[in-house]
Amino acid sequence: MAEYKRPTTEAEFEKNFKQKKPLMNDTEAYYESSRCLFCYDAPCIQACPTSIDIPLFIKQIHTDNVTGASKTIFDANWLGNACGIVCPTGVLCEGACVYNHQDVPPIQIGRLQNYATNKTIDAGKDIFKVGESNGKKIAIVGAGPAGLACASEARTLGYEVDIFEAKEKPSGLTVYGIAPYKITNEEVLKEVEYLQNQLGFSIKYNNPIDTPQAIKELETTYDAIFLGVGLGKTATLHLDGENKKGVVGAVEFIEELRMKHHKLKVPAKVVVIGGGNTAMDAASEAARMGARKTVLAYRNSREKMGAYGFEYDLAISAGVDSLFHVTPIAIVGNGNVEGVKFAKTEIVDGKLKTNMNNTFIVRCDMVIKATGQAKQGHFYDLISDLKRDDKTRIEINNDFQTSNPKYFAGGDAINGGAEVVNAAYDGKMAARGIHNWLTK
Amino acid sequence: MVDLSINFGGIKAPNPFWLASAPPTNSGYQIMKAFEAGWGGAVWKTLGVPVVNVSSRYGSVNYRNTRMMGFNNIELITDRPLADNLREIEEVKKYFPDHAVIASLMVESRAEWEQIIKDVENAGADGIELNFGCPHGMCERGMGSAVGQEPEVLKTIVEWVKEAAKIPVITKLSPNISHITDPGLAAVQGGTDSISLINTIKSIVGIDLDSYAPYPIVDGKGTNGGYCGPAVKPIAMHMLKDLAQHPEIGKVPLSGIGGIETWRDVVEFILLGATSVQVCTAVMHYGFGIVREMEAGLRQFMEDKGYNTIYDFAGKALPNVTEWKHLNLKHKVVAEINSDKCVGCDLCYIACDDGAHQAIALSDDPTNRIPSIIEENCVGCNLCSLVCPVEDCITMVKKDDGKQHTTWHERTLNDDIPTTFDDDRAGGKGHFVPKPSDALKK
Repeated sequence: MAEYKRPTTEAEFEKNFKQKKPLMNDTEAYYESSRCLFCYDAPCIQACPTSIDIPLFIKQIHTDNVTGASKTIFDANWLGNACGIVCPTGVLCEGACVYNHQDVPPIQIGRLQNYATNKTIDAGKDIFKVGESNGKKIAIVGAGPAGLACASEARTLGYEVDIFEAKEKPSGLTVYGIAPYKITNEEVLKEVEYLQNQLGFSIKYNNPIDTPQAIKELETTYDAIFLGVGLGKTATLHLDGENKKGVVGAVEFIEELRMKHHKLKVPAKVVVIGGGNTAMDAASEAARMGARKTVLAYRNSREKMGAYGFEYDLAISAGVDSLFHVTPIAIVGNGNVEGVKFAKTEIVDGKLKTNMNNTFIVRCDMVIKATGQAKQGHFYDLISDLKRDDKTRIEINNDFQTSNPKYFAGGDAINGGAEVVNAAYDGKMAARGIHNWLTK
Repeated sequence: MVDLSINFGGIKAPNPFWLASAPPTNSGYQIMKAFEAGWGGAVWKTLGVPVVNVSSRYGSVNYRNTRMMGFNNIELITDRPLADNLREIEEVKKYFPDHAVIASLMVESRAEWEQIIKDVENAGADGIELNFGCPHGMCERGMGSAVGQEPEVLKTIVEWVKEAAKIPVITKLSPNISHITDPGLAAVQGGTDSISLINTIKSIVGIDLDSYAPYPIVDGKGTNGGYCGPAVKPIAMHMLKDLAQHPEIGKVPLSGIGGIETWRDVVEFILLGATSVQVCTAVMHYGFGIVREMEAGLRQFMEDKGYNTIYDFAGKALPNVTEWKHLNLKHKVVAEINSDKCVGCDLCYIACDDGAHQAIALSDDPTNRIPSIIEENCVGCNLCSLVCPVEDCITMVKKDDGKQHTTWHERTLNDDIPTTFDDDRAGGKGHFVPKPSDALKK
C-alpha cells in the first residue's frame, strides 16, 4: 500500500499524482498499434459512446498517418484527447476488446487515442473546417464537455457560437472535477484551445447566466440555446453539525485541489462519505495529499457501490481504508469537525435499515461528502416551460430538444451525472438537432 | 543416437548449419566466432575481383511489428584484400580443422578462375562455391546472376572450375530466372559436385515518400537490391523442390538457402531434399547465437521421430509435392469453429464474405458475435482458419469417407473432361451465391 508524503512543492505534487495513463512514446505506440486485429464491426466501436472507428485510427497510427488518426477520432468525438485519457476505457472500448476473451491484454485504446490527438494538437495541425456561415447564432450555457462539443459541431454547420461560462476556465469538470492523476489542467486546456483556434467559437468566462434578464437577452439574441450546465454543488445531507468547519463537498474539494495543487492543506485524518466514483477520487486524492488516515464510508456493501471496481482498487492502493454498512448520523466537534458519528446499517427484508442502537464515532479533522451533486433546479426555473423528470433531469427528445423548443440540452443536465464521453456525444448530437430544427 | 554430421558432396561438417556467403562471413574473426557458437560450416564472403562499395547498403521490409521480414542489400563481394582473406582462411582451418570452410568465388576469365582456385586450395579451403547469383552490381559487370541466367555460360565456367579444382565444387544458383532447372541442369552437366540455392531475388524494398528514392538510398538514388530473409523462404523451397525432384539434378547434394531462421525452417528444407542449409539474414538480425535454437530443435525433432542422421528424412516430403492434376478431387474439408475459443473478432466472417465464398454467417442476435459455418457453401478453402487469431479455434474437418479418389489426370485419361461447369463446389450448383444487389442491403 502506498503511503504519500504531504506534497509541499509542485514537483512533489506531480509525483504523488503521477498520471495513470501516461503518454505513449513512438515505440510503444508502434508495437501496441500492431496488435490490433481490425475486427469486423468491432466491439470496441460499439462500446464507445461516440462510436469512434477505433480499428481505423489504430491502423492509421501504425502506418504513421497520425493526422489521419486524429481526424478519425475528432470526427466522432470533439473531446477525443480528453476522452482518451479520462474515459473509463476498461469498462468501455478496452473492456470490449476481443483479446479479453483469450486472456490476452486488450489493446490500450485510450492511450493510443491520446498518442494521436496529443501529437496533432502539439503540432497545431489544422484538420477541421468551419461551415459556410448561415447567419444564425447559437448560445451555449456552460463550457463543459457538452457545451464545447456542441459549439464545435455547430461551427462546422455554419453557426456563430457564443459560450457563456460561469467560471474562469473551460471544460467544466474535466478541469475542475477529475482527479489530477487522470488528467492535467494543461492537457485539458490545450485541447480546448486547439478546437477554438480552428473553429472560432467564443467563450465568455466569468459570465454566469443566472437572472431572468440574462435568459431574456439570450432568447432575443440567439436562434437556439444549448444547456450544458452540468450539476451544481454537493447536495446537503441534513446532518447535525454538517455546517462545522472542515466539512466539505467532494466536488468543491476536488475543484480546490485542481486549482491549488500542493498549496491545498489536507489534515491528518479524513473521512469520505459515499460509494461512487467521485468518492473514490476524493479519498484517493486525500491520501495522495498526505492525509495519514483516510476512511471511505459507505452505507451498503462493497458490491453495491456505484463506483467502478478499478476506481475502488485505485483508492485502496493509495492507502485508503474502507467501512461498509455504515451511515453518518451526525458530525461531531466544537466549531471544527472532530469526528463523524455513524450508525451501522443492515439489510432487513431486502431493505437497507439503519440500526440506531449500534453507533460509533470515527475521529477525523475533515469530512468530504461525496454523496451526489444538487441539480440546477433554481436555474431551470428561470426558463419557461422547461420540463424535468422526477430526478430533476431535463427531458429531451431524439434531437436533444427540450420541451421549450428553443432550448436543447445534453451532458449531466440530462443524464444526472455520467462520463465526459457521454457529454461529448450529447453536445455533438444536440448541435445536429439544432440544425435539424432551424433548417426545417 | 542423433548424429548431425554431414558429408555434403565431399565436404564434411559436424552439422548441416552453415553460414551463407554474406556479410557475416566477411572475416576470420566472424567465422571463428560462429564456429564457437555452434555453426558447422561457413561459406566465405565471395572472393574475386577488386570492388568498391557504397555507403547505405541494406533495406528492409517490416510487417506490422516484425522487423526485417524481408531484407535486401546492394553490397558487393568482399572488398578486403585477397591476401588477408586467404591468410584468415588458413588460420580458421588451423583452429577448426573439422569444420567446413568453403570459399565463395567470383571472377571473370578462365585464367582468373584457375588462379583463385589454386589460392583457396593452398589456404586450406574445404570446398568452393561458385557465386552465379548476386543480382546487383556485379551482374552489371557480367558476373554473378548474369552468369546464373545464362545456362550455357554457367556450364562452361563450371567445366573450367572442375578441371582446375581438386576440392569439391558447389554451384550457387540465382532465382532470377523462369525455370531453376535450366541453370541447375547446366551445373550438373558441367560437372558440379553439388548445388546451393537460392541467391537473392532482385528487389525494391520500398520508396522513401519524401525523397522519392528507393531504399537503401545512396545520395538521393538507389538501385535494385538482392532480396532475402523470411519473406523469400517459400520461393526458395519451391525452387529446391524443383531441383530435388529432377531426375538428373536431384542426384547431386543440395544446400538450401533462403529465409531460414528456426529449426522448423531447417527441417522443412531437409524434407524437400536439402542436406545442408545456409543462413544469412537471421544472423544479421540476431547474431550467431540463433544456431542454439536451430540445433536444439532439429535434435528434438529427430529424437521424437526416431531419426539418427538427417539423411534418414532428407527429401521425405518430395513424394507428396506433386502436380495439381494429381490431387484427389474427392477430398473434402469443411471449416469448424470452436465456439468456446472464439473471441468474436469476426475476421473469418468478413474474410469469407468479402474475400472468398460467403460461407460464414453472423448471428441474428447482435450480442452473439460467434459466427457459424454455412456448410453447403464452404469449399474448404482454409481462409477462415488462416485469418483466425486464436490458436486452434477454426479447424478444417475432413468430410469425405476417404474411399473415393479421382484426379484431373485420371479424368483426362478416362476422357472425362467436363464440357459444362459441373463442379459441385462451384457457385450456382452446390453452393449459393448472393445476388449482386444483396451487397447494397448490408
